[in-house]
Amino acid sequence: MSDAEPRTDGGATTTTTARLRRTLDQMTAGDAGLYVVLLFAAAFYLVPIESGLVTSFKTGTAIIETAPFAPPGPSGFTFEKWQTAIDALLRGMGNSLLYAVPATVISASVGSITAYGLTIPTWKKSYKALVLMLIIAGIFIPYQAVLVPLTQFWSQWVQLDQLLSFVWALGINNDYAGIVELVITHVAYGIPICTLLFRTYYKTMSDEMIESARLDGATLRRVYRRIVLPLSGPMFAVVLIYQFTQIWNDLLFTLVLVSTESSPAAPVVLILAGLGTSMEGQDFALRMAGAFFAALPTLAVYILFGEEFAEGVAA
Amino acid sequence: MLDFYRHLYRTIRPASEDDDEVRADGGVVSDGPAADPAEPDRDVTTRLKERLDRRFGVDFIESSVFWLPPFLLMGLFVYGAVIWNLLISLTDYERFENAPDYSNLDFEMYTRALADSGFIDAAVNTLILLILFTAGTLAIGLILAILIDRGIRFENTFRTIYLLPMSLSFVVTAQFWLWIYNYNNGIANNVIGTFGFGPVSWLGNQDIVLYAIIFALMWQFSGYAMVVYLAGLRAIPTEHYEAAKVDGASTLKMYWRVIIPQLKGATISAAVVLMVFGMKAFDFLYSLVGGYRPPNGADILATKMVREAYANLNWAYGSAIAIVLFAMALSVIGPYLVYEYRRDNL
Repeated sequence: MSDAEPRTDGGATTTTTARLRRTLDQMTAGDAGLYVVLLFAAAFYLVPIESGLVTSFKTGTAIIETAPFAPPGPSGFTFEKWQTAIDALLRGMGNSLLYAVPATVISASVGSITAYGLTIPTWKKSYKALVLMLIIAGIFIPYQAVLVPLTQFWSQWVQLDQLLSFVWALGINNDYAGIVELVITHVAYGIPICTLLFRTYYKTMSDEMIESARLDGATLRRVYRRIVLPLSGPMFAVVLIYQFTQIWNDLLFTLVLVSTESSPAAPVVLILAGLGTSMEGQDFALRMAGAFFAALPTLAVYILFGEEFAEGVAA
Repeated sequence: MLDFYRHLYRTIRPASEDDDEVRADGGVVSDGPAADPAEPDRDVTTRLKERLDRRFGVDFIESSVFWLPPFLLMGLFVYGAVIWNLLISLTDYERFENAPDYSNLDFEMYTRALADSGFIDAAVNTLILLILFTAGTLAIGLILAILIDRGIRFENTFRTIYLLPMSLSFVVTAQFWLWIYNYNNGIANNVIGTFGFGPVSWLGNQDIVLYAIIFALMWQFSGYAMVVYLAGLRAIPTEHYEAAKVDGASTLKMYWRVIIPQLKGATISAAVVLMVFGMKAFDFLYSLVGGYRPPNGADILATKMVREAYANLNWAYGSAIAIVLFAMALSVIGPYLVYEYRRDNL
């Protein structure tokens, strides 16, 4: 492995085949080993997912008779489980979108504004650092430490259920108060991470333009609207994707604020956690189909915006 | 040149702002009347503003519109709630009482925790999980990052595959691993079966279940560690690699002596984030069984806290466990934040 690695990949003009041939020529035993290891690792990450996918299409007998990672034969193939899973989870999907989308958009916007106020304007660094520390520590809080007060807050202090009674009068089930609570809760706990992500971005922004704008007498608000916000596009993509995945995937808050999977306002994660479990044992095919269906939005986001997702988690 | 302007700007600015009006957030889009304070107050407010400016810096007041409201909202929900939680943990709040009785505070819940063998087990399990999970995930992530950084083809494809589990919910991955660890048809028993071992009851055996879960969590998050390390590796100048080569160091030695020591920052930040993920393993354990009681031998503080509070309705006791968990988190985060502050990285 001690020989030099070919770090360059041919000139832009070489054809694919020529490049491939050259690559193969340069391949050494070490390189081959490297790729074998990488492929094994890829299999390690993919097999649980692949196994889940093939299992979701299997009939009860096929599950027992075929290997867990082998595709079902033509006789063991069925869409039935997907049908059941979609029936059970579809309303949950709608409910999840109902809070995940607003909470994501609001927390990203608020995070951008907060990060701006803490990065671009000049004020004492030590005070800034204190505020930042308090905010960043908020990312790492185990949510268990705020759960009981959160329950108290929403059940005794701010009773959205009653405050929004005019909404229920329109014929909307009052369990949806839980959805509104989820939006506010996710925004509040999402502010720290969104602020941090935007701040890392704003720190790298060139001050020259901003300084000269301020020299011309522009207010901070104007600088934000005219210079900073228009340049924040790429970071908004990162933050929106990251936040959406986080909020969509969160179980703990939904469990505490919406509580029952039979509620009409139950989010998808809550229904999924109890899906396919019954007295007779576990219906794995149904569980896998449900898992995939519930993961579809985040998978779609990941496949479409993988780069931004990687950037979001790396920050 | 720019420095000169900046300097000039700083010197003239406070003066010009005096006649400019306290908060003329004007420009073109000014919303007129709201920005006009009453005349007689003006001297006082200006003086107060000047004093604040001197204490906090010129933009402090103007910028507070941006960060203060979100900061307060988040402070209320995070720090307000933690303090409130601490108070509740000192009461005897339980069952269907509407609100805790704050008149009679004591540490009864904490002594109860120390006497509860279930709590001790959960605390030990939490520590094992955090340490093994973090160390294992970092090691796998580092190896993957080094392999990927060797200028391979299809780098993006490999990276996407390795990071894929991270985009999935704990609720979803728990379903996959429940299937993998299935006694009769699971892959885990299939694989060790080909080597002549097993079958093992992965989730039923008290001595194994915790490690089985740690393995599943490592699967989900090692991609994350890889991404962080990859960013760290890319930041190391190529001269360092070349210098090591010139010195005749073998590849292994080069990484061990030259490259890995430079990844300290990446390691620390990844470790902190992973520990936090580890403390949040509640979602995974809950979904694994579809209820508050995780498999025997896999109870951690996060699951015990929720179970005590929301299944057994021992609100105060649950809060006390939450405070212990919070203290554990703080002992990791506190030093980390100070470290980042010292490096001027906040």
